[in-house]
Amino acid sequence: MPTFEYAPAPESRAVVDVDSTYGLFINGDWVDGRGTAFKTVNPATEEVLADIHEASPDDVDLAVKAARTAYTRVWSRMSGADRGKYLFRIARILQERAREFAVLETLDNGKPIKETRDVDIPLAAAHFFYHAGWADKLSYAGYGPDPRPHGVVGQIIPWNFPLLMLAWKVAPALATGNTVVLKPAETTPLTALLFAQVCQQAELPPGVVNIVTGAGDTGQAIVDHPGIDKIAFTGSTGVGKMIARSIAGTRKKATLELGGKGANIVFDDAPIDQTVEGIVRGIFFNQGHVCCAGSRLLVQETVADEVVRRLQRRLSTLRVGDPLDKNTDVGAINSRAQLDRITSLVDAGEAEGAERWDNGCALPQKGFWFRPTLFSGVTQTHRIAQEEIFGPVLSVLTFRTPQEAVAKANNTPYGLSAGIWTDKGSRILWMADQLKAGVVWANTFNQFDPTSPFGGYKESGYGREGGRHGLEAYLKGSI
Amino acid sequence: MAERVDVRKTYKLYIGGKFPRSESGRSYEVYAAPTRAGASPKFLANASQGSRKDARDAVTAARGAQAGWAGATAYNRGQVLYRVAEVMEGRRAQFVEEVRASEGVSPSKADSLVSQAIDRWVWYAGWSDKLPQVLGGLNPVAGPFFNISAPEPSGVVAVLAPQESSLLGLVSVIAPAIVTGNSVVVVSSKERPLPAITLSECLATSDVPGGVVNIVTGDAVEIAPWLASHRDVNGIDLTGAAGLQGEAWGEWERAAADTLKRVIRPGGAGAAAIEPDWSVEPGLQRMSTFLETKTVWHPKGR
Amino acid sequence: MSTTDTAVDATARARDLLGVSRLTNQALTSWLHGLRGVDQVGCEARAAGLGTRSIKNDSKRWAIDLAISMIDLTTLEGADTHGRVRGLAAKALSPDPSDLTTPRPAAVCVYGDMVATAKEVLGDSGVKVAAVATAFPSGRASMPVKLLDTKDAVTAGADEIDMVIDRGAFLSGDYLTVFHQIAQTKAACGDARLKVIMETGELVTYDNVRRASWLSMLAGGDFIKTSTGKIQPAATLPVTLIMLEAVRDWRELTGEMVGVKPAGGIKTSKDAIKFLVAVNEVAGEDWLDNQWFRFGASSLLNDLLLQRQKMKDGVYSSATYIADDSPSTAY
Repeated sequence: MPTFEYAPAPESRAVVDVDSTYGLFINGDWVDGRGTAFKTVNPATEEVLADIHEASPDDVDLAVKAARTAYTRVWSRMSGADRGKYLFRIARILQERAREFAVLETLDNGKPIKETRDVDIPLAAAHFFYHAGWADKLSYAGYGPDPRPHGVVGQIIPWNFPLLMLAWKVAPALATGNTVVLKPAETTPLTALLFAQVCQQAELPPGVVNIVTGAGDTGQAIVDHPGIDKIAFTGSTGVGKMIARSIAGTRKKATLELGGKGANIVFDDAPIDQTVEGIVRGIFFNQGHVCCAGSRLLVQETVADEVVRRLQRRLSTLRVGDPLDKNTDVGAINSRAQLDRITSLVDAGEAEGAERWDNGCALPQKGFWFRPTLFSGVTQTHRIAQEEIFGPVLSVLTFRTPQEAVAKANNTPYGLSAGIWTDKGSRILWMADQLKAGVVWANTFNQFDPTSPFGGYKESGYGREGGRHGLEAYLKGSI
Repeated sequence: MAERVDVRKTYKLYIGGKFPRSESGRSYEVYAAPTRAGASPKFLANASQGSRKDARDAVTAARGAQAGWAGATAYNRGQVLYRVAEVMEGRRAQFVEEVRASEGVSPSKADSLVSQAIDRWVWYAGWSDKLPQVLGGLNPVAGPFFNISAPEPSGVVAVLAPQESSLLGLVSVIAPAIVTGNSVVVVSSKERPLPAITLSECLATSDVPGGVVNIVTGDAVEIAPWLASHRDVNGIDLTGAAGLQGEAWGEWERAAADTLKRVIRPGGAGAAAIEPDWSVEPGLQRMSTFLETKTVWHPKGR
Repeated sequence: MSTTDTAVDATARARDLLGVSRLTNQALTSWLHGLRGVDQVGCEARAAGLGTRSIKNDSKRWAIDLAISMIDLTTLEGADTHGRVRGLAAKALSPDPSDLTTPRPAAVCVYGDMVATAKEVLGDSGVKVAAVATAFPSGRASMPVKLLDTKDAVTAGADEIDMVIDRGAFLSGDYLTVFHQIAQTKAACGDARLKVIMETGELVTYDNVRRASWLSMLAGGDFIKTSTGKIQPAATLPVTLIMLEAVRDWRELTGEMVGVKPAGGIKTSKDAIKFLVAVNEVAGEDWLDNQWFRFGASSLLNDLLLQRQKMKDGVYSSATYIADDSPSTAY
């Protein structure tokens, strides 16, 4: 019997130049950080990609001051139309340099090139394009006749969608007239630093966007800085709570996009083949490093065995390996620390008696890897049904009635996303009403768009990003 | 003819549609606001002094009522709120007298405040079936998908009612929270609780389902920390922190952060808390803070 | 076995699979409408995803040869002559005279009256003769005519029969008629393999394609085929995906393999390889064989040959290097 082996099809690295060292981007220039430099590695190979300067509190202070000066002297005085033109420029440059960004993102993050190429980078450009158009139309946005920006915004973004999260944060902030101090995640700083070059190419006025690198301490310095008017954070619920505590009793605003434990609910009349695809997209997209991942699969008991069987067959075709290979479906886990966390939760799942299955694929020798994994026989009281694993691990639970599905789906402090799979329209709408989740995907999953507001209920955070709704967080309360 | 001995009212808590005394058995004396310097304060009533356990019971009642209230049609919620205005209008004289006594204002000023409070119910009542259209809508995503966003209530909201404005301020913090489908646990003004109790009697005799509004009279400084940290409370309005002796709204906001509650901070700048001017048209912020935007996607195919 | 017996057997098996005592249109309707629905957007997204696979080097060489071996080299024109059919058959025997390692297509596909001509050239080369029958392409003829059309082609030496279903009957919900027509045609085929053309462009919805696929398999089709080539859209990747899912699930149910043939509109090597990726990842590698997967195409072969020459010689080739009896005027 013939075997269709796909020969290696690596995307060329030649398109990117990675410097050996990166400083901080403050006031339109590169400056040295005064903290302790750290390294960013390619998680697929453990190769060191670059040394990254760490921003000390003094560096953060410098960045905030640059942002404040740019806000007062330039950006707040500029017409919306002109601000918009800068954003359009940025959108176009991102499109022009899309391949370079895609390869760099894949190198630094470990996610497959087909995702950076087809999802992360095009969506990042789309966010700038969308928000560019808002800059001179804010008086029509429903936030009063002359909505005003906050001033200087501190933005802290995660490692799972580095450039895309930057776009989600920077584009609305600039469109509404704020200036920005942004900190990318310490394991994935490179595309943010390349974005600094984009700002230079676009001739964005110095200080409008400042990028400081570092880990938690740098983030805390941003949150605590008295010159920051608003915080926008995407990351874990634990850190989100710390930020909310830090700014309590002050007049700083915050939007928090935090964790999730999304329920993906499958009824027995679901379009089965697309459902299987949707389940795969829901939890194995981006190695499951997705806050809105459909990490809890709730299947109607009548079809549970069939769904699991089909899912296992499908998972066996997932190609795990070199993220730069154009045929790779599942790439590397972003860091050793994340791999350890996934491993320990999976061990806990086994210890608690859930049945573990993985697709048995070969894994590379070096780098951080985890096989697509499925747990069946999971109950709500298992840790793997409650805690966010943030990895390619799916917990399968069952239900009997729509009411039970809703009750189980909502039985979590999180409330970010949910999925519904059924051919019955009225059931979709009823379910969508009942689910406590900021995004409900019916007969689809993990779709994103700049016009579509995204954000959570309950401990998945507050505020929305994207769409008209996302502007609110960057404008002073006047509605 | 001898002057008639009037029948006085017992002022109690309002929890789950019932009027219990505080489980603590405590009450405190409520006096009229002095109208001139040096006058001896006039005793008005013994109000129940709510405890943390009363607040806990109120949260339970609010949670029990919330889903049903949110599930009522917007048209229905609008009519219920309008009904509150109707019932208040019928008890106008009582409200005017209580506001006059509580706030120490002239009868004509009290009359105006009551009118504004009634009108505020009417204003918010009209929002019930309009806000989802104003705040929600279709999103033109770049793909073959139907995509719509609509606001939903956050759930149970704790409200620290303003200390000064005993009726207009009170209505101005309750109505926006409940019109969208939240249920509330309100800690009334400490010194001026009587209009709050009378309002609860109006709520009980209008069509507001029991548990949607719960009012605990007493000291927010004592009760607020328990509401701020309560894990079954989704949002907290700290407006009533302004003017409270020993208030610590930053601490309460910090406690609220542990469950990422939606928070309305008190008015003012910096750490200082100032009670807002209630006479101006409120805007949407008091409603939108306790709303969640839900976005639903569905493919469009044959 | 007589024609009637085979058709009776198909009915008996269908009763068995459906769990009914009598095969009625109602029973067929419940069964077909009980199949899981297809979400168009999700299906097309999956097909597009499969289409992004990057097949390089040895894999590409291998896939090109496999694709060539799966072609039903087709001419179905009113203007067909014996000379043209002979030319096409000769091309099938020797697709690239400059490289005798080039595999041969699976079959030559012609109208019934050209079967003898094609057979004469192909002989026992292993390249099959396929004939379209049953009043191809519209299928609008009486059943006796359709059966005679089929038998005529078989008698003339056809190894395979490509029949069309009655789309009118299907769309009006008369599944039993479609079932019987397929079963009777299958019976008329004798040893010839039967490909059932569903004309998916006229069925329009993916739900219909799925139902027609299952109906065709139930009635005894050896292959399910997308299109006549006369109607647009013809062989799209999403439609083929639905059919690949159907044969996969059919094997799970019955243990039997049924072939899939997309036909019409597949013109380039790049397209063909996308289909092979879909076969590989959806139905599985068991279907990567011309016994179970075919391309109905006329111009695809030459593009595969161009790519094959490029892979071998390292330079981009030209149509002038592709020997052909009816060369395209586009070059």
